[in-house]
Amino acid sequence: MKHLLSGNEAIALGAWEAGVRYAAAYPGTPSTEILPALAQYAGVIAEWAANEKVALDAAIGASFAGARALAAMKHVGVNVASDSLMSFSYTGVEGGLVLVSADDPGAFSSQNEQDNRHYARFGKFPCLEPADSQEAKDFTRFAFELSERFDTPVMLRSTTRLSHSKGAVEVKMPETPRKVEPLLPFERKPRKYVPIPAHARLLHPQVEERMRRLREYAETCPLNRVEWGDKRIGVISNGVAYQYAREVFAGFSFLKLGMTYPLPAGMIRDFAAEVKTLVVVEELDPFIEEQVRALGLEVISKEFFPVTGELTLARVRDGTIKAGLSLSHIPTPPHPHTSTLSLPPRPPALCPGCPHRSVYFNLRKLKLLVAGDIGCYAIGVLPPFEAMDMLISMGASIGLAHGAKQAGCPDKIVATIGDSTFFHSGLPELANIIYNRGAACTMILDNGTTAMTGGQENPATGVTLQGETTQAIDIETVVRAMGIEDLWVVDALDVKGVEQAIREATAIEGRPTVIVVNGACVFTPQFQRRPVVAVDPEACNGCGFCFRVGCPAILKSEEVDAKTKRPKALIDPLLCTGCTVCLQVCPRKAMYQIQGEEA
Amino acid sequence: MKQAINFLFVGVGGQGILTASDIAASVGLEAGYDAKKSEVHGFSQRGGVVESHVRWGDDVAAPMAEKGTVDYLIATEMLEAARWIEWLRPGGAVLVNYQRIPPMSVTVGDAVYPTDEDILTAVRALTDDVTVVEGLATAERLGNPRLANTVLLGVLSTRLDVGPETWLAVIKRRVPPKYVELNREAFWEGRRAVGSG
Repeated sequence: MKHLLSGNEAIALGAWEAGVRYAAAYPGTPSTEILPALAQYAGVIAEWAANEKVALDAAIGASFAGARALAAMKHVGVNVASDSLMSFSYTGVEGGLVLVSADDPGAFSSQNEQDNRHYARFGKFPCLEPADSQEAKDFTRFAFELSERFDTPVMLRSTTRLSHSKGAVEVKMPETPRKVEPLLPFERKPRKYVPIPAHARLLHPQVEERMRRLREYAETCPLNRVEWGDKRIGVISNGVAYQYAREVFAGFSFLKLGMTYPLPAGMIRDFAAEVKTLVVVEELDPFIEEQVRALGLEVISKEFFPVTGELTLARVRDGTIKAGLSLSHIPTPPHPHTSTLSLPPRPPALCPGCPHRSVYFNLRKLKLLVAGDIGCYAIGVLPPFEAMDMLISMGASIGLAHGAKQAGCPDKIVATIGDSTFFHSGLPELANIIYNRGAACTMILDNGTTAMTGGQENPATGVTLQGETTQAIDIETVVRAMGIEDLWVVDALDVKGVEQAIREATAIEGRPTVIVVNGACVFTPQFQRRPVVAVDPEACNGCGFCFRVGCPAILKSEEVDAKTKRPKALIDPLLCTGCTVCLQVCPRKAMYQIQGEEA
Repeated sequence: MKQAINFLFVGVGGQGILTASDIAASVGLEAGYDAKKSEVHGFSQRGGVVESHVRWGDDVAAPMAEKGTVDYLIATEMLEAARWIEWLRPGGAVLVNYQRIPPMSVTVGDAVYPTDEDILTAVRALTDDVTVVEGLATAERLGNPRLANTVLLGVLSTRLDVGPETWLAVIKRRVPPKYVELNREAFWEGRRAVGSG
């Protein structure tokens, strides 16, 4: 029976079919949905880890204990996990281990578009790249066997367009749940699993030997295949790029690579010898191209197909035209008609009722320098807030604020970080600012969930991925235990309270301060809808102050104030959640809650 | 050999674009086509534009179509119909729910939301086949404004060679049990709106 599965759902199914016993991840677009899908299968322990390194560490532990294990993360998450990953390449596995790296060409939801295939070459382990949901399932299953056969971690690389596309997958679900055999007692192998320098030096040659065997294996690996067609053009391609190439180069010959590291040099040479013109179509970096060129082969590739951004049918087609390839049998779509109508952009906005609104409204009002972090609250950089001045990576806000201050930056500086991000990597950053007698203010925005990726549990929420109740780590207690004495705990929906805390905290000089801002994300069950807010058109004079809270529920009325000649405010009762942030900032007291009309 | 069909669903976060496109892709698979769908989740969804591609065919390769090759542009919001019109194949069909959701750029006064007339002129420059559906009004009459996407699916179903029972079977699988009946009504309302009960 064929089912329509996303790439992420297919990866989970493949892992389950392969008998994965333990899986861990930190949520990150486009990888997030893998673990929740896996968590539903019987016999699998699936967990949200505090961060990606912890996820990989736990998966490595499971592998060392003899279980098949999986760790999933977005591309930049692999940077966090890379410390363990590089040494894990030396130790190898006991139970097969698959690291899923979900890259984001096009940076739809990321701070960069790094190409993680480089990690496979850097760390010396295989990289598999499925091209559709069916392959995502099949390759994941295969990856576990490859991992055990060659005693190596295996990277399964997905991209946004694979992870979030759905395609038909042949699913044969067994009628009985999978039998999970208990693990045998741990077999001690310190020379393999304890890479102290003396052992590491002995392990490295084994890694090189493993790479030699893998290169040899690549020549017959069933994931690489030749599809002969018209031999005037031969296309080498991989992943979703192959799907675009398959349409644009319909009828020509293909070398479709499922294992993109190490590459099958002999297979590539043989393929090149048969075709007149060799083309490489790959997304992001010239990873395959450079290795093909190193074989002394001439190729048409990144000169014509962009290194930046996601590939599309149009971009592949444009590349062929620029390269002067005649693919005249393929009809080119009609030239798109360009409308002259000016269309207002629709950038992302904080949701109505979002607890981050009062924070960035006040940070803008107080004109403070703001170091931001990764989460929905990065919207604080956009109008109407424009209250974020720097951002680099998960947890970095506190370090950025600390360094700027230590270097002598004269501005008052505030770091803003979410609850999940705080536990991801904010903890050592806070320890550092305390230890080094830093002087910035850290605002921990606790909205009770990992919001941007769709509302996952985290160490502060008291619930695990598989729905069990657990210890909810209290942020205030943690901060106090670390030695912060100047601590404010405020309600996110109390606009004045938030302002006062920021004023007091930033007035303190010479030591770090922390403000914990509590307010539930509107998508959590804890969020309480309250009576909706309405505008009294008699009292509103169109001053526009409420528009500055950036709420999608506040609209411009068609009624214009006679004196100010400006449109009055109007609230969409379907969107309003009754958070009252607008009501609190209205200087004319023109807003009121409609009692009894719960949003 | 089945005629390949490209669909593009567009709208604003929260309007049910992903559900509607999921249903359309599943219907294609059910009707014997190969089908793929593609969209982007995450940061871009927070009140922003949502787009989802669906392709039916004998053997669908790329998960998204190319500009100028979309056969059906299904928009749950007026402005978004205009924003994505260039993806339509000239002469293709536009099915749009009559609803105007002003983006923040309009609310704060940096931009102006185009008039209905301007939007329809821009859309009609590419095709005469434009159906404006009172999806939101119908949905509100049924008691839930979130049903506008299903009304549009009802309209779309009248254009395709797949019976309503296939659509309804997929809708039943895809929506939470307590909303199945409402969605069934919304789907039929959509069909009736274009004179095909």
